[in-house]
Amino acid sequence: MYEKDGEKYFIVDSHMHYWNAAPSNWVKGAEQYAKGWIECFHAYQGLGPQETHWPIEKFMAYTEDDLMKDVFQDGYVDIAVFQPTYLKEWYAEGFNTTERNAALGEKHPGMFIANTRFDPRDGDVGLVELARNVERYGSKGVKLYTAEWNNGSRGYKLSDPAAYRYLEKAQELGVKNIHVHKGPTIWPLDKDAFDVSDVDHAATDFPELNFIVEHVGLPRIEDFCFMATQEPNVYAGLSVVIGGLMHARPKFFARVMGELLFWVGEDKMTFGSDYGIWEPKWQIEGFVDWDYPSDEFSDFPRVTTATKKKILGLNAARLYDIKVPAEYQLPVVPSAREAEESAQLVTES
Amino acid sequence: MTVTTDTTVASAALSALATVRDPELDEPITTLGFVASCVVSCEGRAVVRLRLPTYFCAPNFAFLMVADAYDAVTAVPRVTSAEVILEDHFASDVINQGVAAQAGFVKSFDGEAVAELGDLRAQFLRKAVMAGTDQVCRPLVAAGVTPAELQALTLGAVPATPEMSRLRQRRQELGLPSDDSSPLLVDPATGDRIAETAVPLHLRKARVTRAGIEANTSICSGMLRVRYPGEGMG
Repeated sequence: MYEKDGEKYFIVDSHMHYWNAAPSNWVKGAEQYAKGWIECFHAYQGLGPQETHWPIEKFMAYTEDDLMKDVFQDGYVDIAVFQPTYLKEWYAEGFNTTERNAALGEKHPGMFIANTRFDPRDGDVGLVELARNVERYGSKGVKLYTAEWNNGSRGYKLSDPAAYRYLEKAQELGVKNIHVHKGPTIWPLDKDAFDVSDVDHAATDFPELNFIVEHVGLPRIEDFCFMATQEPNVYAGLSVVIGGLMHARPKFFARVMGELLFWVGEDKMTFGSDYGIWEPKWQIEGFVDWDYPSDEFSDFPRVTTATKKKILGLNAARLYDIKVPAEYQLPVVPSAREAEESAQLVTES
Repeated sequence: MTVTTDTTVASAALSALATVRDPELDEPITTLGFVASCVVSCEGRAVVRLRLPTYFCAPNFAFLMVADAYDAVTAVPRVTSAEVILEDHFASDVINQGVAAQAGFVKSFDGEAVAELGDLRAQFLRKAVMAGTDQVCRPLVAAGVTPAELQALTLGAVPATPEMSRLRQRRQELGLPSDDSSPLLVDPATGDRIAETAVPLHLRKARVTRAGIEANTSICSGMLRVRYPGEGMG
């Protein structure tokens, strides 16, 4: 919970991690990739405020105590959603697995949602594992990393028939939210690896599922925006957007937020700290204080307290059926008026 | 071995490198800080070292920049041979050897790539045209030019700003109409004039495309500074 100027914000951190990238977890023969990966993540932390930077040793293997303090005690978060990333080609026990996350979650009931993941290239075995994870951990969401390496293959598309088989299974198991990583990736080498058209196909064919595009397709925000306007079940996951731009590049942060508010809308944007890349505290404080810096932005949608409440928690609470106490909810009057207006429109037409 | 540098030729080589752009960011690799060093021996042997914001920057764009840098430096008078070395990248060896052997992308990444990068480059040039459209049109709109007037404008009728010449150059590279009588607003895929009713949406798309490229550039330059605190050359 965060409170500022008499306004109370319910905070759902919809995209965070508990990883182990210590050298003891690096796969023999793949050390350069394991090291390169975590160093790359660490450089991203450099885009946040100086006083929040960690030494690489801590960054590789922060502890449970670090996480509980940074996210909940200091970081205002009410509910945090674990998003696993396996990368078992590089990290022996995985970078950030469902099991590892859930084990921490079980110690702190009611504070975490443990999402799981799948990889369509794992065939029937993977389907069984998905069912087991959903059953055991109550996962309502999955994190998909389409650029992940797997037995010589360096990626897949969400529109592949094998991926559809998994999406069907996930839906049958009661999974609602598909978080797709569309940010910095490597494969396919000769195409644009940031291409979001596969999400477009899947979102059309699975209208009951929500597709949260993490990192908003950066650096292809425009492709993501055009796609999101056409698909009612596509959301913008703001991890990296707030962490990577708000402090380091405020002007570009304003432009990107303006575009997202215009194309995607405040009802379909969700906050994610991307912890341990960035601590949530400064991101939440900064975002609640944030507004467009100048008149240059007058033709973008306005940012209100309600906008921020939705983005910081209420939208994700809706996706995950989280009960939000009344004091954090928005007043119901405007939505009632909207309902009346739309009813009138229907009558008039 | 002592390397003596021919500073005149090295300076010419650096100017040549300034014509090489990051295809994704649409900026010269010199202003982006990607050129770590550029030396030319008295015998005309050029050695260029390039660096990127992360270890995992997309290998396709990295390959294009290394290959373009090789071509640009090789074409400089009195350069007899060129070696371009991409440093600290997961695919450094493959890219460096592939470019040195003039092997092309598919052969260099044997089994991992099935197409050369021309289409990818064109796709990003089209984004650059959209972003350039915003750069040129935004001041016009601010000065009161209406969508109908914009739609009727030709390239020759627009004030000759650096943004305008940059837009024209990108359109030339793509083979889009780019002489004075060409419409200012065209579809970057087909070159067709934008219909008047479609102008507001076209401008919105141009604006978000520019926002995307500029935000990306700002993240990349921030990451590069974290990784390499020193300035690059150029």
